[in-house]
Amino acid sequence: MKTLNLVPIKPNLTFIGKQKFFFIISVLFLVVSIGSLLTRSLNYGIDFQGGIMIEIRTTQTGNLAQMRNLLSDLKLGEISLQEFGEPTDFLIRIQKQDGGEEAQQKAVEKVKASLPPDVEYRRTEFVGPKVSDELFRDGVLAVIFAIIGILAYIWFRFEWQFGLGAIIALCHDVLTTVGIFSLIGLEFNLSTVAAILTIAGYSINDTVVVYDRVRENLRKYKSMPLTELLNNSINETLSRTVMTSLTTLLALGSLYILGGEVIRGFSFGMIWGVLVGTYSSVCLAVPLLLYLNVDRGTGTDDAKIS
Amino acid sequence: MVYFAKWKVVLILAIVGLGFLFAAPNLFDEKATNDFPGFFPHKQVNLGLDLRGGSHLLLEVKVEAVVRERLNSLVDGVRIALRREKIRYKRLGNRGRSVFVTILQADKVDLAKSLLADIEKGFDVTVDGSRVSVRPNKEGLREIRDAAVAQSIEIVRRRIDETGTKEPTIQRQGEDRILLQLPGVDDPERVKRLLGRTAKMTFHLLDLDGSIEEAMEGRVPPGSLLLPSIDNNRGGNKDQPRHYLVLKRVAVGGDHLVDSQPSFDNRTNEPVVSFRFDTAGGKRFADVTRKNVNKPFAIVLDNKVVSAPVIREPILGGSGQISGGFTTEEANDLALLLRAGALPAPLVILEERTVGPGLGADSIAAGKVASIIGLVFVVVFMVIVYGLFGIFADIALIVNMVLIVSVLSALQATLTLPGIAGIVLTIGMAVDANVLVFERIREEVRAGRTPISAIDAGYSRAISTIIDANLTTLIAAVILFQFGSGPIKGFAVTLMIGIITSMFTAIMLTRLLVAGWIRRSRPTKVPI
Repeated sequence: MKTLNLVPIKPNLTFIGKQKFFFIISVLFLVVSIGSLLTRSLNYGIDFQGGIMIEIRTTQTGNLAQMRNLLSDLKLGEISLQEFGEPTDFLIRIQKQDGGEEAQQKAVEKVKASLPPDVEYRRTEFVGPKVSDELFRDGVLAVIFAIIGILAYIWFRFEWQFGLGAIIALCHDVLTTVGIFSLIGLEFNLSTVAAILTIAGYSINDTVVVYDRVRENLRKYKSMPLTELLNNSINETLSRTVMTSLTTLLALGSLYILGGEVIRGFSFGMIWGVLVGTYSSVCLAVPLLLYLNVDRGTGTDDAKIS
Repeated sequence: MVYFAKWKVVLILAIVGLGFLFAAPNLFDEKATNDFPGFFPHKQVNLGLDLRGGSHLLLEVKVEAVVRERLNSLVDGVRIALRREKIRYKRLGNRGRSVFVTILQADKVDLAKSLLADIEKGFDVTVDGSRVSVRPNKEGLREIRDAAVAQSIEIVRRRIDETGTKEPTIQRQGEDRILLQLPGVDDPERVKRLLGRTAKMTFHLLDLDGSIEEAMEGRVPPGSLLLPSIDNNRGGNKDQPRHYLVLKRVAVGGDHLVDSQPSFDNRTNEPVVSFRFDTAGGKRFADVTRKNVNKPFAIVLDNKVVSAPVIREPILGGSGQISGGFTTEEANDLALLLRAGALPAPLVILEERTVGPGLGADSIAAGKVASIIGLVFVVVFMVIVYGLFGIFADIALIVNMVLIVSVLSALQATLTLPGIAGIVLTIGMAVDANVLVFERIREEVRAGRTPISAIDAGYSRAISTIIDANLTTLIAAVILFQFGSGPIKGFAVTLMIGIITSMFTAIMLTRLLVAGWIRRSRPTKVPI
């Protein structure tokens, strides 16, 4: 059986040497992300902001303008109405009402009473102010603890230079993912946090594989210049990096296209994260080692290579 | 690497076999699994509410209301205790979470203190000059709270059971919350309406001496209460008075009710609720009605007057009926509420997530299609890239899917829509371990090793990388499980299971397949 080499057997691409170019791109990414976060903030879903979300299916192609009038007559503050997947499906989002949990329930009843009786309620979600505050706090804590947990593992498993490089790459991936959500105004909710944590895991996973090879080569070739050694390490693992990213993207692409409207934001975040995570482990994490004063050692300690 | 100890082979095959066995029930109809022989596993994957449709409600028990009630009764207790000992006092009342009283006889302050300390457990008594205050301490508050939440859960359970919801989950969450999961409920409005009422019913005599006009201006006679009519909410009957002045004293309490049913009035045919008291309640009701013939009495529900009929004759049988201009549905609901009993405190809905059966079914269908197409893509891709070894990896991948399903079924973990996403993600990432090994083997072959030694080196060198890489994702998944809620927890669960099963299939199963192939075909070249 003939097999396929996705990447030429000895790619010998120059990654190290172009690192300034990569750094500029990454810094640009980060500046845009942070700038967007500061100026546009995030389009928080009801999970983190409180409020009401109702997904309905109408019997015929709904009249968007008519429905919009109907809803704005209720005077419930900001209401957004959008088509959701199918021309008969609509998503109604209502801002958090003043006056605690009871007021939110009243608003749900009002909306349901104003819509025609033959409407199918596919989803009704309501998050009160108390719960949304807690979910927000838990979300932030989860991201922080995940980063600390991964940091602890890396610190235990690698020398500090590698740990620092991996964490910079990780933060880069997390920040740019949050940034893209801010930039294109995609809804940021609980499943986005799940996507971000998974991206954090994936990003480190990818970085660890390349770093493992760097470490192995550092022990094998004591006199090879660091630039060449790092470049070789990237090239040796490049086919694996590309292969795993591709299979993951194949699965995620299938989820994005076929998995339904509810989960599309999640799949989008994951696809973006895999792309950025792959880029950052190759073009950011490894070149960073050049500046982190990697310990070349002098001994013949090969015991840790397995 | 080529040689596998026999027990290892048996163990690996046994795990795979068990996986298929535990996953098998999911291929059958749920009813069919009941006919399986006893030794055969019959648990299916437990679908979350977002997939099977249903309603998730998070409720909060307003414990503060119970505390206030307890303080009110404590005020009465203090009054009785002080009067019995003939201690003179002034300014008895409650403010915030304390009951205050000023003792006028300086030499009796200590006596008062010890008296008040004995009234109820869980309260602290402090003295400041002549002022004595009683307030619940930490344990006291906790006891009040725990009792209120436990009783609320019981009442909620009874009310939900009455609606005919199958397999509801009702559990306490945190200090004062109740989590309610109602599979199959797609319009929870009725449930919410039923839970939104405390349904505390009492019977009072009307205060016929006081003037409603004066009471409306704020001069309510002591010992009386000004209560609105329930009609005010419905904007209904204009002829009915909108407020009633009733005696504070409860003639008969709703806790004496033993049964209530919706029915129709014999004469007017309007929907009514008929009720029956227990023996003690019946006796009291008979006494009250006998002494107050031709006077009106009020039926009060949650501080609103449902109706105030005139007593035509003594009611001795211990049963009666309430008519309040109900619709049939209202009569049904009220009867249900009275049967189930009153909540000790109001409930507030903090969070609701309801998914209709249509969306749930669509999500399952979409998840299935996405998983299968994703799987096919990856399977084909692996064969194109790695040939025979790709087939080995594919077998492992499919076994991996079976193992995930079997673990989900056996542990009865809940599969949610994000959980399906976790499985699809695992499809993509599970092959990573094999990719690492295969790429390594390719390198070793290129370095000039013989096939067997290349394969051997490929496995042994890749293993630490595989473990490193998977552990980091596992850390993220565990933290997500810890902090996530509902559907997101489902994602963390499938991700964790997926990571563990994929490590098993990649490191053990494919290796076994490769070893078997080597032993059979003694290759001179690695087809990779």
